Amino acid sequence: MFDNLRLAWVITRREVRDTFRDWRIIFPIIVLTLVFPALMNFTARQAINFVEQYNAPLIAERMIPFLLMIVGFFPISVSLVIALESFVGEKERRSIEPLLCSPLSDSQIYLGKLLAAMIPPLAASYMGICVYLIGLYLQVGWTPKPILLVQIITLTTVQAILMVSGAVVVSSQTTSVRAANLLASFIIIPMAFLIQGESIIMFWARYNILWWAILGQALIAGLLIRTGLAYFNREEMLGRELDVLNFRWAGKRVVQSFQGQALSILDWYRTELPVTLLQLKLPIAVSAIGLVVGVTAGTSLAKEFPIPAELLSFSLLKQGFVEGLEMIKFYSPAGVGVVWFHNLRAVLIATLLGTFSFGVLGLLTLMLPMVIIGYISANIALAGNSPLLFLAALVLPHGIFEIPAILLASASILNLGATLTAPAHGKTIGEAWLISLAKWARMMVGLVLPLFLLAALVEVFITPLVAVRLLGR
Amino acid sequence: MICTEDLSKKFDEFQAVDAVSLDIPDGRVLALLGPNGAGKTTTVRMLSSILIPSRGRAWVAGFDTVIQAAQVRACVGVLTENHGLYNRMPAGEYLNFFGQLYGLDAQQRQAQANKLLEHFGLAPNVRQPIGEFSKGMRQKLALARALLHNPPVLLLDEPTSAMDPESARLVRDAIRTLRSEERTIVICTHNLAEAEELADQIAIIRQGRIIANGSPQELKMRMLGAAEYEIRLAVHLNGARPSLPEGVRLTASGSDWLRFQTGNPLNSNPLVLKYLVEQGLPIVSLQEVPRSLEQVYLQAISAAEMEQGARVR
Repeated sequence: MFDNLRLAWVITRREVRDTFRDWRIIFPIIVLTLVFPALMNFTARQAINFVEQYNAPLIAERMIPFLLMIVGFFPISVSLVIALESFVGEKERRSIEPLLCSPLSDSQIYLGKLLAAMIPPLAASYMGICVYLIGLYLQVGWTPKPILLVQIITLTTVQAILMVSGAVVVSSQTTSVRAANLLASFIIIPMAFLIQGESIIMFWARYNILWWAILGQALIAGLLIRTGLAYFNREEMLGRELDVLNFRWAGKRVVQSFQGQALSILDWYRTELPVTLLQLKLPIAVSAIGLVVGVTAGTSLAKEFPIPAELLSFSLLKQGFVEGLEMIKFYSPAGVGVVWFHNLRAVLIATLLGTFSFGVLGLLTLMLPMVIIGYISANIALAGNSPLLFLAALVLPHGIFEIPAILLASASILNLGATLTAPAHGKTIGEAWLISLAKWARMMVGLVLPLFLLAALVEVFITPLVAVRLLGR
Repeated sequence: MICTEDLSKKFDEFQAVDAVSLDIPDGRVLALLGPNGAGKTTTVRMLSSILIPSRGRAWVAGFDTVIQAAQVRACVGVLTENHGLYNRMPAGEYLNFFGQLYGLDAQQRQAQANKLLEHFGLAPNVRQPIGEFSKGMRQKLALARALLHNPPVLLLDEPTSAMDPESARLVRDAIRTLRSEERTIVICTHNLAEAEELADQIAIIRQGRIIANGSPQELKMRMLGAAEYEIRLAVHLNGARPSLPEGVRLTASGSDWLRFQTGNPLNSNPLVLKYLVEQGLPIVSLQEVPRSLEQVYLQAISAAEMEQGARVR
C-alpha cells in the first residue's frame, strides 16, 4: 500500500514541478488567485457600506460567507484545464508511452496524475481564501466562525476533488485535448448549478445543510475516482487513436446483447430474462431497500408537514377521486394509454437522470411515489383513519403490478448508472455501458412495460370499483 | 529470452499483427524490418506488456507478457518510436525520475545517469531543459532512459532515426556493446544496412505477418539462391570456358574473371581452385559476391505480394 502510494507520489511530484515550471499556467492562476479575492474584498466592503445606509446589515452578513465560498471555487474552475489535459495532453504530445512502459501499475499511474491535477487548484483555492480573509480582517475586522471556516474549506476541498476527478476521467477517456475541453461542460455546468444551490443555502443561512452538500459531493467524487481507476488501462491509452462515433456498431452491440442466444420470444423469456434478473439481484436488493426508505421518509415527513385532518376524510377522498377519474377519462381504453404513458415517461426521465448520476437520481426519482404513499398513509393514520383501508382501496389493486415494475425499473437504471464505476475487464467504458443498456432494455421490454400495462388496465378499470366500494362504506 | 507463439493483435476490424511466432535466444539481436504500418510497433508494444494480444502468447525474459506484465516491464528497456521526453525537464532530472519509477535507489540513479550521459556525450547538458535539445540529442537521451535500469531485454523502435552519422555510429556501437553483454535486443528499423550490420536474426514483417525469418545468410540463401563467388585470374581466358567440378554452375565470365554459384562452398571452392590451377589458370583472388539485405527485403516483399495476389485470384 505504502509502496503503491510512494510510486504514485513520484509521478505527482514530477507533474506538479512541471506544471509550476510553465509560467503560462502559473501566471494566470496566481494573478487570478490574488486579484479575485481582492475584488471580492472590495465588493464586500461596498456591500457593507451600501446596506448600512438602509439599516440592513443582514444582507452583508450573508454575503461575506457566500463570497468566501466563491473565492474558494473560482481558482478550481480556472485550473481545471490542468486536470483535463493530464492524460490526453501527454498522449497528444506523445510523451505518455515511456510512462506506460514503466513497471508501475495502472492504478499507480492514475493516482499519481490525479493527485498532481488536484494540488494546483487546491493550493490556489486555499491561497485565495487566505487573501480574502486577511483582506476582510484588515478592512472591516471580520473573522469567520471556526465551524463556518471548516465548512467552507471542506466544501472547497470536496468541490476540487469532485471537479478534478471528473476532469481526469474525461482526460483518460478522450483522444484529444479539444474533445476533453468540450466534454468538460458536463462537469462545469452541473457544478455551476450546484454552486447556485449552495448560494441559496448560504443566503438562507441554513449552514447545516452544507454538510449534506459536502457529503453528497464527496460520494460522487469517490464514485468518479472509482470510475477513473476502473476504466483506465494502458491498452486503451495507446490502442485508441480516434474517437469514432460508430452508431451501427453500437446498435449491433445492443441488439446482440438484448437478444442473447434466444431463438424465439418464448425462448428469450425462458432463458435470457432469468439470467438478467439474476445479474441484477444486487441492484434489485438496493432498489427494494430504496423503496422501503422512500415509504419511511414519507412517513416521517407526515409528522413534520401534516395535512389538516378535515382534508383527509374518506368521503372527501372518494369525491376527489371520482372527479379526478372523470377528468383523465377513466373506465376507457384511452385512460389506460394515459396512465401507461405517464409511467413510461417517468421511467425514461429516471433513466436519463440515472445515466448522469451513477443511477442515484434515477433511483431517487422512482422512490418519489413511495414517499407519497408513505406520506399520505401516515397522514391518514394521524387523522384517525385506517391507512390500510386507503392502501387497499387506492394502491393495492394496481400496485401489485406497478410496484414490482418500479422496483425492476429502478434496479436496471441503477445498474446502468453504476456500470461506469465498475471495472469491465477487456471492455471499453462505452462497450460496458452498451451492454448495461441492453440489460435495461431487456427489463423494460420484457417485464417493466408489460407490468405497467397490466397496472394501467387495473388502475383504470378495477381500482376505481374497489375504491368506490371500500371507501363508500 | 523472447518467445512468441501465434502472437496476434486486432483493433476492431483491423488485424495489426497476425500469428507472429519468434524465438530470440539470449544475447541475440533481432531486426524487425517492414514498411510503415506493417505491425512492428504493435509487436514491440505487445512485447513490452502495454498492449494485450488478441490471440497467442509471448514470453520475455521468462515472464508471460499478460500474466506477469509488471515483471516484463521491469526487465525491458524500451526506446519508443516517439522519444516521449518532457520538454521542460532538465536531462538529469528526467533520468532521475525514470530511475525512481524503475526502483533504483538514489546512488544507483546518480551513477547510472552519469555513466549514460557521459557515454552519449550529454554530460555537459545535464541541467539543460530537454526542449532545447536537438533531435539527435533527444534520441540519445531516450536511449539512455531505456538503458537506465540495466535491462536484460531491449526493444528499440527506430534507434538511429533523425541522427547525424556520427551519433548514429555511436548508438550502433552502443548496441554492439550491449549485445556482447548477453542482452537480447529487438530493433525495429527501416535502415537495412544498419539491420545487416547489427542483427543476428532478421524478421521481415508485412501486413502483420512475418514473411521471412532467419539469419542474414539464411535469408540470402532462401531468397536469392546459393551464394555466388568471383575468381580473378592472373591470365586472360580469351573466350575459353574452364571446366568446373560437378555441382558448381558457371554464372558469368569476363576476360580475366569468372563467377560461379554453389550450394556447398565448403567442399566446392577448394575443388574449383584445384581444377583451375590444373587447367593452367593461376588465381589472384576468390571472394563471395556481396548481396545486400535490400535485395532480400525486396524479394521477400515481392514474393509476399505475388502470393497474396494469387490468393485473391
